[in-house]
Amino acid sequence: MKRDKGIQEFKTSTWSAGAGCHGGCGQKLQVKNGRLIKVEGNEEHPWNQGRACPRVLALTQFMYHPDRLTQPLKRVGARGEGKFAPISWSEAYDFCEEKLKAIRDRDGAEAVVFVQGTGRDIGGPITFLANNYGSPNVSQLGLSGQSCYTPRLAAMKSTVGDFCVFDASQFLEKRYDDPAYSYPEVILVWGANPPPTCADGFFGHWIVDCMRRGGSQIICIEPRHTWLSSRAKYHLQLRPGTDGALALGMLNVIIQEGLYDQAFVERWTVGFDRLRKRVQEYPPARVAAITWVPEELIVAAARLYATAKPAGLHWGLAVDMAPEGTSVAQALTHLWSITGNVDIPGGNVIARPSHGVTTYPYTTEELVALFGQEHMDRASQKRIGADRYPMVKGFRAWAHPDLTIEQIDSGKPYPIRAAWIQSANLLAGQAARTKFHYEALKKLEFVVVVDLFHNPTTMALADIVLPAATFAEKDSFRSWWAPLGVIQKAVQVGECKSDWEINFEMARRLNPDVGRRYATVMELFNRRLANADTTFDQMVARGCWAMPPEGATKPYRRHERGLLRPDGSPGFNTPSGKIELWSTAFEGWGLDPLPFYREPAQSPVSTPELFAKYPLILISGSRISTLFHSEHRMIPWLREKHPDPLVDIHPDTARDSGLREGDWVYIENDLGRVRRKVKLSLTVHPQMINTVHGWWMPEEEGAEPHLFGVWSYQINQLIPGPQESGSGFGGGQYKTTLVRLSRINEEKG
Amino acid sequence: MSRHGLLIDYHYCTGCQTCEVACQQEHGHPPGQSGIKVTEFVMKGRTKPVIIDHLPFPTELCILCAGRTSRGELPACVKHCQANCMQFGLLPELLEEMLKRPRTVLFRPR
Repeated sequence: MKRDKGIQEFKTSTWSAGAGCHGGCGQKLQVKNGRLIKVEGNEEHPWNQGRACPRVLALTQFMYHPDRLTQPLKRVGARGEGKFAPISWSEAYDFCEEKLKAIRDRDGAEAVVFVQGTGRDIGGPITFLANNYGSPNVSQLGLSGQSCYTPRLAAMKSTVGDFCVFDASQFLEKRYDDPAYSYPEVILVWGANPPPTCADGFFGHWIVDCMRRGGSQIICIEPRHTWLSSRAKYHLQLRPGTDGALALGMLNVIIQEGLYDQAFVERWTVGFDRLRKRVQEYPPARVAAITWVPEELIVAAARLYATAKPAGLHWGLAVDMAPEGTSVAQALTHLWSITGNVDIPGGNVIARPSHGVTTYPYTTEELVALFGQEHMDRASQKRIGADRYPMVKGFRAWAHPDLTIEQIDSGKPYPIRAAWIQSANLLAGQAARTKFHYEALKKLEFVVVVDLFHNPTTMALADIVLPAATFAEKDSFRSWWAPLGVIQKAVQVGECKSDWEINFEMARRLNPDVGRRYATVMELFNRRLANADTTFDQMVARGCWAMPPEGATKPYRRHERGLLRPDGSPGFNTPSGKIELWSTAFEGWGLDPLPFYREPAQSPVSTPELFAKYPLILISGSRISTLFHSEHRMIPWLREKHPDPLVDIHPDTARDSGLREGDWVYIENDLGRVRRKVKLSLTVHPQMINTVHGWWMPEEEGAEPHLFGVWSYQINQLIPGPQESGSGFGGGQYKTTLVRLSRINEEKG
Repeated sequence: MSRHGLLIDYHYCTGCQTCEVACQQEHGHPPGQSGIKVTEFVMKGRTKPVIIDHLPFPTELCILCAGRTSRGELPACVKHCQANCMQFGLLPELLEEMLKRPRTVLFRPR
């Protein structure tokens, strides 16, 4: 292929800031004179097969944006005043080291919380830093109820003993062309709109591939009309938050009509009779009344899903954000389990990190080996939420977000003095009851923010700002299902450093053991990659990806082949060796071992008086392809596609409220009011409105009180907390909060 | 005059706008300009409550990525389309393909 002279091409993987998402697609970076000039999809990479998304193709505008943070900064004015002075990296490290050590000496390491945003390659470095500092408190602070994937992960682990994902051939090198693969006859897409993003390590358009190439039919569980629902065989337009009832209703139909896979249930599951008894409480007629989905549609969808072979279930964030999200996820896990769709081609396959490589030691055994039993005991005792929610101790060793902010505010049971916030613009993004987060975090004596641009979080809180690298500017590695990937550095921008480099240097300073264990970050990477019997350089040489070899991390039917349990016997990795429809893990955590339905905290049913005052159900958090969470508002090619914060309103609702296309309105409830521009749209139900989250205006004043307009546009100000779930996991009210609209009588509001 | 065109299977266009940014990156178009632009159609249906379609339209700025195709590469939009719903080729061949597939549109931009 002919190329301009002087152009170097770097094959790499994404999974990081820049494109932004959770995907791990393969891209080719064209570099000239040390500068990225173009991004081109890598057609040899099995994940995306040459494809790209708008965000990754706009990478040059992201990396070389004039507002990009390129030097460490130290606050010189009052906090929030927006006055920062550049300092060197060694000054920044020295300052952070001194502050963090003083706090540790005085109040203990647990007095510092380590905050991350969405799940990209940040998990490894932030856990590494927190553990080496000695703090048990890593948190997705602001994310009420940890309502992003954790509830689903907990349900799967507690039921199947492993995690599962819809199988779009993503574990196979030849993908759809591998003879071992079969397209699903039906895909049940639940609470997800896959095309705009690559959530949870899943390329959204794989669903479209199955439809187009394999003729897969779609059943769509979604309150809105979407492109996908318009192509679906059945669209169940449920009332937001009623997913649990709908799942139980479908289980009811499948069990009552004997449509489940009897041989599989008998051979591989326990607790079926108790599940059968539980679902009697959810006959379709009752479920129809709860969910607003017509009874005949519930029955038809359940029959189609149960009788298709294979059938896959792909799900999204709405599951976690339903009340009792963990229980809802359990019911959905039951759907693919009792229909025998576990670990078969085109069903829901067991998903383990390829080659058994993880970005950081997450197992207790490994952590004890590194830090000692005493550290781990203290950590699990001190971790925020461990005494209240057994799942914090038993499943997800993170500080509970809702309780963490309450503790930062109250100082009880022990004070929190500092926060290390890394790739998390929480004040414009995930923080429900945003003002409360803002006020509580203001009390901290020391805040470090690591990010790529100034944003409301850096402006309001940071004492030190450290400039992070995009994926094009760093070496890192990716381990999230398959393939195993590495990220290779193509260029340097300013003085930006990778999250791994920053955290490695800080950890080295805070714990002398780090330097004794690893001479360099690269040595740490290679240690992690050793499970795959490879090195970073070898991975780069082979194109930056490797699919799992035959064995425990590659489908299919591993339960039959004895590949899932440590003892090598057939079965699943649960105490009973079977899929536990009645969950002993849930029982151990003091939770209902069977799925159940709980009405949203705010709803026409649970709070009729509030509903009379605020008659619309607000759906926030829906994705668009050009902007990811609170990112990309400053990228010209992306912002032009979605310049304004819009609210989708059904034309009938708008007419009744006297609103027209383009009007500026307040969305309001008792917590406050947020500005939006009206888009009339048939895609929303007349009793619901939909809006994109994460809005702030990088082009506006950053210093307080304005903070880039975050108080005008941050929709999560209206989301109450804490979460609605007995387990503590799930039930962030991002999709079920009641609001009303009022017109703003100004030019732009 | 080019004998090539774009066949778009608009049944599968999800409206992701990857083609637009692919074109802008390839040709350095500033915001507001692109060789291809996606339009969304939302209306009440007869058998279903709501119809949603998208259509990428090659604008006057589309040169069918002459530079790329002369090197044997696909046009930037076709290559990066997430739904794989765009096809570049010789017009007669695309027409043959079109006769087999409903809900497609054939463009000859230049």
